[in-house]
Amino acid sequence: MNKRVPLTGNDAGAEALKDVNPDVAAVFPITPQTELMHQFASYVHDGVVDTELILVESEHSAQSACFGAASAGARTVTATSSQGLLLMAEICAITAATRLPVVMPVVNRAISAPVNIGCDHSDSMFLRDAGWIQLYCENSQEVYDTVVQAFRIGEHKDVLLPVMVCLDGFIISHTMEGVELIGPEAARQFVGEYDAAFRLLDTAKPITVGPLHLTDYYFECKRQVVEAMATARRVIVEVGKEYGRLTGREYALFEPYRLDDAEVAIIALGSTCGTAKVAADRAREKGLRAGVLKLRSFRPFPGEEIAEALRHVGAVAVLDRSISYGLPGGPLFHEVRSFANGGAVLVSYVYGLGGRDITPSDLQCVFAELAARRQSGESDGVFRYIGLRES
Amino acid sequence: MSELLGWKDMPIGGIIFESGSSQRYVTGGWRTYKPVHAQDRCVHCLRCWILCPDSAVLVENGRLVGFDYDHCKGCGICARECPAKCRAIEMELDR
Repeated sequence: MNKRVPLTGNDAGAEALKDVNPDVAAVFPITPQTELMHQFASYVHDGVVDTELILVESEHSAQSACFGAASAGARTVTATSSQGLLLMAEICAITAATRLPVVMPVVNRAISAPVNIGCDHSDSMFLRDAGWIQLYCENSQEVYDTVVQAFRIGEHKDVLLPVMVCLDGFIISHTMEGVELIGPEAARQFVGEYDAAFRLLDTAKPITVGPLHLTDYYFECKRQVVEAMATARRVIVEVGKEYGRLTGREYALFEPYRLDDAEVAIIALGSTCGTAKVAADRAREKGLRAGVLKLRSFRPFPGEEIAEALRHVGAVAVLDRSISYGLPGGPLFHEVRSFANGGAVLVSYVYGLGGRDITPSDLQCVFAELAARRQSGESDGVFRYIGLRES
Repeated sequence: MSELLGWKDMPIGGIIFESGSSQRYVTGGWRTYKPVHAQDRCVHCLRCWILCPDSAVLVENGRLVGFDYDHCKGCGICARECPAKCRAIEMELDR
């Protein structure tokens, strides 16, 4: 039996980084991520890890330092939130296209303006096309487990992409729950010794990192990232299975909950999936066969598998904790819909922006609305909000 | 186009695994102004050689002998940094 300790989501992220013992961490504080790297910095200070900790002057510099360290062949990490992620966005795209498997917990927080520190997914969605793998966590246990797995996924020789481990700000990052840890020995064995695909500092084999590619080769570089993402779909499942054999907690691209016989279902990202599971249980107590599809991997997006898992469901609510101006509904809705082949009525619900709470009863209402649509076949008015004052 | 590598065959990440390949990449065509060297005014301090970002200042036996126009982008740092008394490098419109 592994050790089970009370941890916040930020603690769990720091604990996982500590257990992996990366070579380099370049960090800058931002709410609500600060405690994660604060905790990790204390492990560096205490000599529990031998990570080189670089304290930089901005997130742009943090990601730049990560780019340099990873190019040099170091196993590299950082973490951020919200404005910090946006500030490092320029370099994030470069890290991904240069195929550097940096691991970065992103503690999801709304983006300004207005200034807000509450949870939503606007920050990571801003970078959905940056070439980073994006894995979303439901709770602190998943944060710990996913950070450990992220190294194996990103560093796989046929993937070589950076990985964001997304956890909901405050809802996960600042709430405490029991987390089972595999410990440094098992974690380091699981991730293995890091053998970088290339090393800028290997003077015996000189290379150029970041050269100009014009009309002749740029396009092919982009196509390679498409292929790496496609391969990541397989690798995420393989690594999740192997982690399951080690811990009893298996991971995949998504987790179906009471979906087999569901008439109505919710698909969502992050902590809301836990809320949706409670709502589904309550709906079932009232005779409505409700289910949940918890999407873990947003990038790569397992569209065909999602469509297959929802094929028999009459009406589906797609919950977005982010918004797309000028296109009704959120990004998750449109991606799910682009793979849905008829059948289910799909309804978009944008919710929880800026940390606005979402409760089991909110989602029971969603299940009830879905049931009514399933009966009536009504397909108008599918762009909806939860908890928004309409006056 | 046919001699270019496809995405399956080329190295990943835009990385060049071969050293010195920039010698084959001629960037002189980017130039608007070109540096012109006046041998009679030059004291061969080699400040231009130190500061040229493209290693395009040609030196033989410690003396400036001209420019590598295949790689000089015409930035003008050499002319700007040439000591005021000499003005041995002038920038001319490169037609």
